[in-house]
Amino acid sequence: MEDCLAKKMEITVSEAEKRTGRNAVNMQETYTAYLIETRAIESQSEGQCAPVDSLWRRYSEFELLRNYLSVTYPHIVVPPLPEKRADFVWHKLSADNMDPDFVERRRIGLENFLLRVASHPVLCQDKIFYSFLTQEGGWKEMVNETGFQLKADSRLKALNATFRVKNPDKRFTELKHYSDELQSVISHLLRVRARVADRLYGVYKVHGNYGRVFSEWSAIEKEMGDGLQSAGHHMDVYAASIDDILEEEEHYADQLKEYLFYAEALRAVCRKHELMQYDLEMAAQDLTSKKQQCEELATGTVRTFSLKGMTSKLFGQENPEQREAKIKVLEEQIQEGEEQLKSKNLEGRDFVKSAWADIERFKEQKNHDLKEALISYAVMQISMCKKGIQVWTNAKECFSKM
Amino acid sequence: MPISPSSMINQYKFEDESELRDLFITVDDPESHITAIETFITYRVVTKTSRGEFDSSEYEVRRRYQDFLWLKSRLEEAHPTLIIPPLPEKFIMKGMVERFSDEFIETRRKALHKFLNRIADHPTLTFNEDFKIFLTAQAWELSSHKKQGPGLLSRMGQTVRAVASSVRGGVKNRPEMFTEMNSYMETFSQKINVLDKIAHRIYKEEREYFNEMKEYGPIHTLWSASEEDIAESLKGVASCIDKCCKATEKRMAGLSENLLPILHEYVLYSEILMGVLKRRDHIQGELDSRVDALASKKTEKDLFSEEIGKLEDKVECANNALKADWDRWKQNMQCDMRSTFTNVAENNLRYYEECLATWESFLASQTVELHVEEDSEDKP
Repeated sequence: MEDCLAKKMEITVSEAEKRTGRNAVNMQETYTAYLIETRAIESQSEGQCAPVDSLWRRYSEFELLRNYLSVTYPHIVVPPLPEKRADFVWHKLSADNMDPDFVERRRIGLENFLLRVASHPVLCQDKIFYSFLTQEGGWKEMVNETGFQLKADSRLKALNATFRVKNPDKRFTELKHYSDELQSVISHLLRVRARVADRLYGVYKVHGNYGRVFSEWSAIEKEMGDGLQSAGHHMDVYAASIDDILEEEEHYADQLKEYLFYAEALRAVCRKHELMQYDLEMAAQDLTSKKQQCEELATGTVRTFSLKGMTSKLFGQENPEQREAKIKVLEEQIQEGEEQLKSKNLEGRDFVKSAWADIERFKEQKNHDLKEALISYAVMQISMCKKGIQVWTNAKECFSKM
Repeated sequence: MPISPSSMINQYKFEDESELRDLFITVDDPESHITAIETFITYRVVTKTSRGEFDSSEYEVRRRYQDFLWLKSRLEEAHPTLIIPPLPEKFIMKGMVERFSDEFIETRRKALHKFLNRIADHPTLTFNEDFKIFLTAQAWELSSHKKQGPGLLSRMGQTVRAVASSVRGGVKNRPEMFTEMNSYMETFSQKINVLDKIAHRIYKEEREYFNEMKEYGPIHTLWSASEEDIAESLKGVASCIDKCCKATEKRMAGLSENLLPILHEYVLYSEILMGVLKRRDHIQGELDSRVDALASKKTEKDLFSEEIGKLEDKVECANNALKADWDRWKQNMQCDMRSTFTNVAENNLRYYEECLATWESFLASQTVELHVEEDSEDKP
């Protein structure tokens, strides 16, 4: 198997810049552009580093790329983009898209997206993806020329529409159920996490009020003064420490968010299977009814009740020539139908096979990433506890000297 | 510092010299009493003593809040320039706690216990007669003794006069030391009030944090139900969060049992001290106004020299009493603040150490798993 692109090429989204320009309806708009830098990974040669290529892309181009990939590779769980708008924010974080912290986190998210695609065995080989990374001008036109929008099934977007599928692959039904659960539980977790972060911020910051009072109080005390003053300083340190702690936690939240959005991608693959199966079953049903019609016309018997049969009984039967013509048409349709059914069946089976392979790959990736994320969360908590211990040990010393 | 013969202050006892104690008091066992007119709570007051002045070595009486109020006002009357310990307030306006809820009664009981013990530890107040009666008299004995005191009207009159004269008297001839005390108390009072508010804010924030944390752990458990490979890790995180949640509850309890009551007491103390300083000023004011009144009547000075002498004694006594008690109060305050804030720091240390241990053990379990996985992969 060919090595994926990520092994051959270094990809980074290294900068973000505010731009102003004119949009499609010639109105002025502000947006952020991201600098994508790529460099070929050469085998080690002394002092020879491949040159860095770079180009600027904005979020909407990333979106276009992802839409293209989703439509072109419906059996692949396509990596998600970082969120369009800041969601699950706790009060201190801005929900503003232009906020520098948000932009920074988005830059990291976009880089992560590109790396995910570049390390995917199938997606990394896509030419449009390669051009996205390397071709500055004319990329949008190139994408549109592929005509992928026409291939897009609008039904996939209608999330709430249910299709009565009689024999879906049970694994996909279970998987869709799982993706719903995953989405629900991660959203809930992120919401509560944001509230917990908010409250934690409150606890730390309120300790900052000690500093000033202790300092003012120490002015009137002779023996207690020093202890109070220095303890106040430590309380200030304590209060300030929460900012870094919560910023780090934001990265953890982003890791969870990625899988929140991945759940959506997973669901899309299951949906695609559902739709294919639905189309298959509809085609089979149609074929069966045509065959029946044919038989009825040929034998003149009405085996099962059908409205057509009734009306023809009521309004008189056709003459033999008309019947012959009808039968011929039906027979042609039946032949076409059988061929189509065969190919649909084949398509369906191929889809299930390749989709399931990618799903297995995805499952392994998810388990690995989430486990690591949980471990990193524990590491963050440990670091926070250690900082707390240090500050309060210092404060205790000051208090005991009062 | 001149020590007048009428001063009884020749002993300076500090709280930590408990081996010299010969009076032990506990306040416990709150009981509800319902009559036709009212509902009230009584507390059991048990006294154990080796002092000769007491007829017995052990006493058990029941007292209600009103009785404590009576004792406090008697002590204030008898010793206007001594620092009488604070009593818990009649009502808690903050609405955190309902009147007669278990929490309210327990908080009050602890405060009443402290009140009596502080009096017992005070070198002068401990020998006060009303204090002895409070500790030893049966309910009906106490009622009849209470009625013997100066009537309500005369007490009210005293207060009115005190307030009136504090406005004009005692400030211009006030010794430097007491001006310093006044200015100290003004600042102290400000700061202690702010600290009290800060401490309550911290408690409130910690409680809100606790409430959110309660919900946080269970979500991970819920998630683990949909997973296979990472179910154990998720359950591990859930368990850690729950343990930290419990630790935070302990931290909150530490605040409410220690820091909050102490700061509240010193808020009350700052009011008491301002009152004591005013009363001293009033006593000085009485002397000053007499002296001023007689300054114009030169011929009758001899007649009033005795009166003036008595007033001068009174002022000297009051000043000495206050000075000694002030020093004692400052020592105790320093001690209380040191131990309370040290306790707060220890509380927080315990909290972080518990949480640290929890997460470290989770981390260890995860890395062990990883090693096990790696080992099994290496095997052919």
